[in-house]
Amino acid sequence: MIETKSTPIIQLQKVDKFFGEFQALKNVNLEVHKGQKVVVCGPSGSGKSTMIHCINRLEKHDNGRIVVAGIELNDSLKNIDAVRSEIGMVFQQFNLFPHLKVIDNLMLAPRLVRKVKKAEARKIAMTYLERVHIPEQAEKYPIQLSGGQQQRVAIARALCMNPEIMLFDEPTSALDPEMISEVLDVMVELAKEGMTMICVTHEMGFARSVADLMVFMDEGEIVESAVPDDFFANPKSERTKLFLSQILSH
Amino acid sequence: MEFDFALIVESVPKMATGIGITLQLLVLATIIGTALAVCTVLMRISKIPLLSWPAMVYIYIFRGTPMLVQIFLIYYGLSQFQAVRDSFFWIALRDPFWCAIIAFSVNVGAYTAEILRGGIQGVDEGQLRAATALGLSKSQRFIHITTPIAIRLALPAFGNETVSLLKSTALASTITMFDITGVARTIMAQTFAPYEIFISAAIVYLFIAWFIQIGVALAERRFSRHMQR
Ligand SMILES: Nc1ncnc2c1ncn2[C@@H]1O[C@H](COP(=O)(O)OP(=O)(O)OP(=O)(O)O)[C@@H](O)[C@H]1O
Ligand SMILES: [Mg+2]
Repeated sequence: MIETKSTPIIQLQKVDKFFGEFQALKNVNLEVHKGQKVVVCGPSGSGKSTMIHCINRLEKHDNGRIVVAGIELNDSLKNIDAVRSEIGMVFQQFNLFPHLKVIDNLMLAPRLVRKVKKAEARKIAMTYLERVHIPEQAEKYPIQLSGGQQQRVAIARALCMNPEIMLFDEPTSALDPEMISEVLDVMVELAKEGMTMICVTHEMGFARSVADLMVFMDEGEIVESAVPDDFFANPKSERTKLFLSQILSH
Repeated sequence: MEFDFALIVESVPKMATGIGITLQLLVLATIIGTALAVCTVLMRISKIPLLSWPAMVYIYIFRGTPMLVQIFLIYYGLSQFQAVRDSFFWIALRDPFWCAIIAFSVNVGAYTAEILRGGIQGVDEGQLRAATALGLSKSQRFIHITTPIAIRLALPAFGNETVSLLKSTALASTITMFDITGVARTIMAQTFAPYEIFISAAIVYLFIAWFIQIGVALAERRFSRHMQR
């Protein structure tokens, strides 16, 4: 299932990231192949969001290399745009545009960035709203939707740009418990269709069912990475064991 | 004390010419001032010191000094200089109407620039990050995300600023303008009934303020109903 021989679609080599004096990422190495699903977990402040943000240049890494779909992230704006066009991103806080209807949230980027015609953009938007099972919400404003619906709109909005890779940063942490599964279901469907995914999440049930690789971070480092069976059954590091015992106990 | 209710009612229509002047001052200064505010706030939020500093100094000066003093400086002060009297600008600067417009506009510019800056700062970081991740360029983010959201956030404060400007236009009467207050002063000089005359002037101001507030409320309903606050 995992094509280990091909070149990885995402490659992080010895990546460091500093916020002033504080080092948020320490020598992070990660390879993700096309179609692979990586689940990242770790305590708060361990650098999970920072790593995700570096992958599409929402943050600039300080040392090391990041290569996405063969394009190196450096100061070249052309490269940055090219990498971002390969990547869709979903945030904990949904971050829908509050002044735009759902349909306009979805059409904005295709129209502005891809220069797609209005009618075509609407068609694309409706296709993805159907994929996340809420086409009937198209004419509503974000505030009129439940949290679960908003997050599904956010996923559809990212998919409208037809990305190769999806990054999820704790997509269900801001949701009421009863809405978590409707979002996870959409993510599982996406995983089954072969999307390359990196998900920061503490939903271990989801992780077990879709992850090809589990990554555990602590204090800016990748402490452990392993296939889910090994990761959950025989974690090697003490920090991983401690974290897993905490997270699985509730 | 004698109190002539009929005189209050009679005086209101006499304010008509004054109302025209007051509204002209209000509308023109709002339009010019808002245009000025847009330029100012763009300079103010710029990372280039050569742009942001002049904007800061401008805002600081006009928010930190009484408007009456500014009006006197523009109307009486500038005419002291021969160079000003010889210049092209003298056409405007010798006319109290345009002096008042200039004074009010630069004030609206300074205050509204700060209001707009508040709106821009109020735009959620996460929404901008989402737009960046979708591939929108810096200018696309500013035009399609920051601006519409900032305007909605700034609307209530902008309404207050307009009502505040309405009240400030009364200062134009100090430089021989016959706005509502100016007209009220003339009538008072003829009738020696300050109480009644100024009550009717106050009523007229209240009416205009009420219209402004309705206008802003409608705009808020139209634009901001779907915004979380
Ligand atoms: N813009 C920033 N400026 C300064 N420090 C930052 C910034 N962003 C993150 N940090 C710091 O970097 C560290 C890692 O943050 P990050 O958000 O990546 O953690 P996380 O693993 O995503 O945590 P959480 O589970 O709480 O989301 C934290 O200590 C945080 O305080
Ligand atoms: Mg985080």
